[in-house]
Amino acid sequence: MLNFNDIMETITMIQEENLDIRTITMGISLLDCADSDIDRSCEKVYNKITTKAKDLVAVGESIERKYGIPIVNKRISVTPIAMLVAASGGDPVKYAKTLDKAAKEVGVNFIGGFSALVQKGFSAGDKELIQSIPRALAETDFVCSSVNIGSTKAGINMDAVKMMGEVVREAAELTKDKQCIGAAKLVVFCNAPEDNPFMAGAFHGVSEPDVVLNVGVSGPGVVRAALSRLPEDAPLNEVAELIKKTAFKITRMGQLVGTEAASMLGVPFGIIDLSLAPTPAVGDSVAYILEEIGLEQCGTHGTTAALAMLNDAVKKGGVMASSSVGGLSGAFIPVTEDAGMIDAARKETLSIEKLEAMTAVCSVGLDMIVIPGDTPATTISAIIADEAAIGMVNSKTTAVRVIPAIGVAEGEELDFGGLLGNGPVMKLRPQSSAKMINRGGRIPAPMQSLKN
Amino acid sequence: MKAVVTVIGKDMVGILAKVSGSCAEKNANVLEVTQSILDGYFCMVMVIDISKISCELDALKEAIQRSVPDMVIHVMHEDIFNSMHRI
Repeated sequence: MLNFNDIMETITMIQEENLDIRTITMGISLLDCADSDIDRSCEKVYNKITTKAKDLVAVGESIERKYGIPIVNKRISVTPIAMLVAASGGDPVKYAKTLDKAAKEVGVNFIGGFSALVQKGFSAGDKELIQSIPRALAETDFVCSSVNIGSTKAGINMDAVKMMGEVVREAAELTKDKQCIGAAKLVVFCNAPEDNPFMAGAFHGVSEPDVVLNVGVSGPGVVRAALSRLPEDAPLNEVAELIKKTAFKITRMGQLVGTEAASMLGVPFGIIDLSLAPTPAVGDSVAYILEEIGLEQCGTHGTTAALAMLNDAVKKGGVMASSSVGGLSGAFIPVTEDAGMIDAARKETLSIEKLEAMTAVCSVGLDMIVIPGDTPATTISAIIADEAAIGMVNSKTTAVRVIPAIGVAEGEELDFGGLLGNGPVMKLRPQSSAKMINRGGRIPAPMQSLKN
Repeated sequence: MKAVVTVIGKDMVGILAKVSGSCAEKNANVLEVTQSILDGYFCMVMVIDISKISCELDALKEAIQRSVPDMVIHVMHEDIFNSMHRI
């Protein structure tokens, strides 16, 4: 029997608290498209994507109408393209343009998988792909790229880290007349998940089925609103309990939408990623949740503890609600996409060091951070190495998505528009890390890798 | 198959009549109605049987919205409430 209060709670979540399905992402394997001729390979890629995903957007919209719940993004992730480059050779940008064309044809707003997995070393196609990333991102609109440079099992590939510092800079430089957007579509991972539906880091891992549908739910606004109804002096275990219950409800909704969409599309349902993903919309902020817990502003002392509790409670609620939780699952802290974080960064309450500490206890890494345009590539590499070390030692995913603000004076901001938001340039340390980065080589895998 | 219609807005004469009229027009059978006035706001939840409706669910929503243009209308399949609030 439906209960009046339950119904009104759901309606309020959607109408007032920005509850939505953030993305339904179709993962498509391109392994069967590999061909020794790059043009033929691109043709197969285009045909496979436009066949498998042709109904994705229409199905998404019909579910939105049936349940009255917004599905903000419809996206596609594909097999890391470096594997196709390995077979075909040639200019990897051709693949990027093919992906972009296919994305436009089926009407999705991002396609992820212009990727390479090089945590232990480079195989055929990897270096070529990595070097082509800046051009690929500058010459396409919807393609997203990611590179996995480390893992708990393999350690950190410091040659790749050095390369990625240069690639991030170049990606920003080539798009400097478009707010350096290239760098915002590029993620450098440690322990990258193979079933993540969220961009820019989504790709379709090789262990995944041929086609699969993954769902990402969101709802920082719902969690914050629930917490605001708690008494001011409620102990933190009660706060955690409430977050858990709220995460449960959000996840159940995602599970319903995911299974329904998968069956309508005739593909298996993969995972639900229950990440609190903020948007620049007022009230849809992870920082505001932390402030609701009891911090004057996100970034001050206590932020790491509050975030650790939030992240854990979200996972616990989600695991109870669905048996196929995967992806990143936790709380995201992308600075430019979160109204509360933008504010905290402007007031310098939130520093890059604090963000780094936060990434040790939440589900992602240094995400959507605008850094000075004159930052040397070796410093970017060093930031990547720091993050990768946190991920490697703690057996968790970490990532770096920083945007060097090329040609933007200090005190000014970058504005990407839409979900990517805007943000001020954050201060970095001026001292050089070049000597360490230029050593290259590999940071050996930690003791944690020897669990067998 | 059931759906839930919620109507929220400023109270006035004839809301229930107009909303149920639109449901009848599209052959949706009203099963249950709960309504209350909270702080001067009219708030109604109506459970309807949609197994024989003559249009899509969003067309029904539009028809209801047209009959009471000043109210906020949601028409949602019941599954979403069952999955969110039942273990």
